[in-house]
Formats: sequence, C-alpha cells, structure tokens
Amino acid sequence: MSLPREEILLGSDQTPGIIADMAVRLANDITRPDKRVVVGIRRGGAQLAYLLRQQLTPLLDRELPLGFLDITFYRDDLDTIGPNPVVGGTDLAMNIDDKRIILVDDVLFTGRTIRAALNALFDYGRPEIVDLAVLVDRGHRQLPIQPDYAGVVIETGEREFIKVREGEGGALTVVRRFL
Amino acid sequence: MRSTAFTEGSGSEMIAGNSAWSKKHLLGMEGLTREEIGVILETASSLREVNHRDIKKVPTLRGKTVINLFFENSTRTRTSFELAGKRMSADVINFSVNASSVSKGESLYDTVANLKAMNPDVVVIRHPESGAPQFLAHHLDAAIVNAGDGRHEHPTQSLLDILTIDDNLLRLGRTEFSGLTVAICGDVLHSRVARSNAWGLATMGARVRFVGPPTLIPPHAAEVFGVEVHHDMESGLAGAEVVMMLRLQTERMQGGFLPSTREYFHYWGLDRRRLAMAAPEAIVMHPGPMNRGVEIASDVADDPERAVILDQVANGLAVRMAVLYRLCGGGRKG
Repeated sequence: MSLPREEILLGSDQTPGIIADMAVRLANDITRPDKRVVVGIRRGGAQLAYLLRQQLTPLLDRELPLGFLDITFYRDDLDTIGPNPVVGGTDLAMNIDDKRIILVDDVLFTGRTIRAALNALFDYGRPEIVDLAVLVDRGHRQLPIQPDYAGVVIETGEREFIKVREGEGGALTVVRRFL
Repeated sequence: MRSTAFTEGSGSEMIAGNSAWSKKHLLGMEGLTREEIGVILETASSLREVNHRDIKKVPTLRGKTVINLFFENSTRTRTSFELAGKRMSADVINFSVNASSVSKGESLYDTVANLKAMNPDVVVIRHPESGAPQFLAHHLDAAIVNAGDGRHEHPTQSLLDILTIDDNLLRLGRTEFSGLTVAICGDVLHSRVARSNAWGLATMGARVRFVGPPTLIPPHAAEVFGVEVHHDMESGLAGAEVVMMLRLQTERMQGGFLPSTREYFHYWGLDRRRLAMAAPEAIVMHPGPMNRGVEIASDVADDPERAVILDQVANGLAVRMAVLYRLCGGGRKG
C-alpha cells in the first residue's frame, strides 16, 4: 500500500508568525471593535478563527466574540459529495444583525465554501460588513470571491490537495498532498 | 441541547465521518448498524438548531420532491414529515390515498404507477399492511421512508426515541446505551413502535423489556427480539431507567384482548405509584397520541421532571429532516 506523498508547505513554526501578521493588518483596519465578531467556518476555519481572535485580543485591548458556522446544509454539491458529509453544527450564540464580521477559513480555493457560508450567515441576520480572512489563498476561483486578508498566496495545480492540519498545541501546518 | 453518545465533541464526528450511510431506503430499524443510527442522530442533533432560528429553513434539498403517501390517518407523523421536508427546502406533496380510491379498486401497484410518473426523490409511506414500503422500494426509483407499516416497523419513531434517550443519558448517570434498561409497556402486540425500538435499542446495546398482558405480547417475543418479557408491571418496571408507554390500539382489536379499559389502567396503567418502582430518575416516553387514564395517568404524562413526551415530538422533526437529508444526499440519484 502506497501512502499519498506529502510536502509540508508551511510548518507549525511558520504559521504563528503569519497569523500574527494577519492579526496586525486586521487590527489596523478595525475602526469599530465593538461591532466586530470573528466567525470560523467549520471545520477548517474553526481553529484559525480561534488563533486569530487570540492574536487580536492584545491588539484591540478586548476579546472579540467568536462563533462557528457549519455550512453542510448550504452546499451546492449534495448530489456529488461523498455519502457522508460530517456535520459539525453552527454555534453563533449571538445576534449578527448590524455586526462587522470577520469570516475565517483555512484555505480559499473555488470560493464555493464562502458562497455557502455567506448564504448561511444571512439566514441568521443582516451583518453590516463581512470581511474574509484565510490562511492560504491557493487560486483557481470559480466565483467572484476574493479574500480581504490572506496569510499566504500559494501557486497550486487544480488537482492538488492543500490541507491545513492542527498539530499539538493547536499550531497549524499547511501540507500539499499528491494523490 | 448537546448530549453524550453521539452529539458531543470530535469523537462523535469520527463516528459519522468514518462510517458510511449506505442505505438507499429507510424501511426499518432491523438491519441498521449502530454507526448508521449514529449518522442519523448526529445529523438530527445538528439540524435541531435550524428549528430555533428566526428563519427556520435551510436550502439543502432545493429542487427535491418528497411525496407523503399516507394510507392511514396520521396527522402528527404526516405533519412532521411535511414540515421536515419544507424546512430542508424540498417540495412536499401530500398524496393522500383515502379509503375511496382504494375502495374503488385501485391497487397499491396502480398508485405506484401514478407516483412513478411524478418522479419523486423520496416517498414517505404509511400503510396498514406490513411490507408495503418494501413493495414500493422494489418498484420505484425513489428513496422510500417507512412511516409505519402495519405491525411491522416505524423506524423514524425509533430514531427519535433513541435521540431523546441519548439527550437524557447524563441525567440517568450514563454515557452510553450499553446496559441501559428500557421497559416498553402495554400493547406491544399491535405496536410497530415497539418492534422498531426492540431492534434499534438492542443495536445500541440497551436491555429491552416487553411488559404487558400475555394477550398483548407477540408470541415468542423473547426469542425473536431478544427481549425480556414481563407479565406484570411490578417486575417489568423494577429498575427501568426508561419507561416507554404504548398506546392501547383498540381500533386494531377484534375480540377479547382485555376486559375493559378501566381494568387495563388498573393493572397496566402508569401512575405515580408504579413510576416509583422504576429507577429514581427514570424518564417517561410515549409515542402519542396518548389515551390519558388508559395507559398513562395525566399527572405522569404532564410531569415536566419525568415525561419527555414533547421532547420526542421536537426530536421527531429533526430526525425526519436528517433522514430526508441522508437519503437525498451523497451522490445518490438526483
């Protein structure tokens, strides 16, 4: 049995610095911290959202509310995805009307996840602003969606598999997998 | 909201993620694996949140057609399936086959031919004859959900019961179903709910008892279902952590099953005194509709500390949403 080959693109020693940079750029742009909310897209964006919020806390001198969005029921590929999508559950626990949301995902690829996340978000309320923050922008967009904050931009082939893994202590590793 | 065996933390996500929901139809609990039950319960548990939003709808099943085909009256189950379909954005049609078209001589096969022309994605069927859903599954491309067939099975009721028990495991001092004692009491003979639960709960690892008069317990129940049979409430309830009362189905009874409903309540009804024989925190369930004063006393049925009967109704909606989702999704027929 041959395992898929893997190449580490960003190690768990590199991602904390990238996330810290993202937090600084975000903090510089935030004018109304009282309205800001961090929302991670399950499952890949959840840990990044947590880490970003952690970095933002000292910069803003306040802890932003953190929520999680599960988009399983908003996907447009019900007929083609594997037989058992994992459902993680949405946990916003706040009213998002009029809020300025920092929507967080690990990898931005086709843009379809973000499309689904926006639809889901608007079923919960009417936010004033939604910004998109991703750790990796790997290109190959199929929809007119762009990140406001990208940790890194990586050249990839369309058929490659880019994965963000959570290691010990919660640090993230970005790997490229060849099938 | 969140509880134990299926609905907590990453462990449960592993269960659902690694095991396949591979069934095309949901015809019964018999033959479902523990993992498959887990997939439905976990999906249901996450869909519950939709029912508490301002906008109680997700776009998941847009463009899918669900036909509710009910040959028996059942406002609750039909409404539950209808609402489940609508909250998932499916188009739901109630195809009520009333007694008249059947009495005019239309066979189930003719009805099937009519349905075929409508090309539904899911057909939910309730029928007085056991095996009718199986018949549909042979003749239609659609996914079939058994919403109760004769005395055979009523799988979504069992799934919602298992979800409701799962929600209450912690207060029963447990983290899993293994060893949990469930007493299913009353008119077991006519009950598809009892049969589905006997299969489903056994798969989950619970110890199931059938409790009722000899005339209302199916023959050879111990061998067929692997349950304990008790012919008196005292021993049947002793130590039971879940007490599931069944509706006395007098409409299905012809002949001498019991002397009178008053006498039935005297020997088999669940009142405070009898409930005290069960485990201290035992929960009381009933699939509805209840005959108050026949199988269950009103003060027990309305006791917010012990009765979880309305939780069952709420969970029923979520479970049916989950079933529709799993049967429509995953690269199956679109």
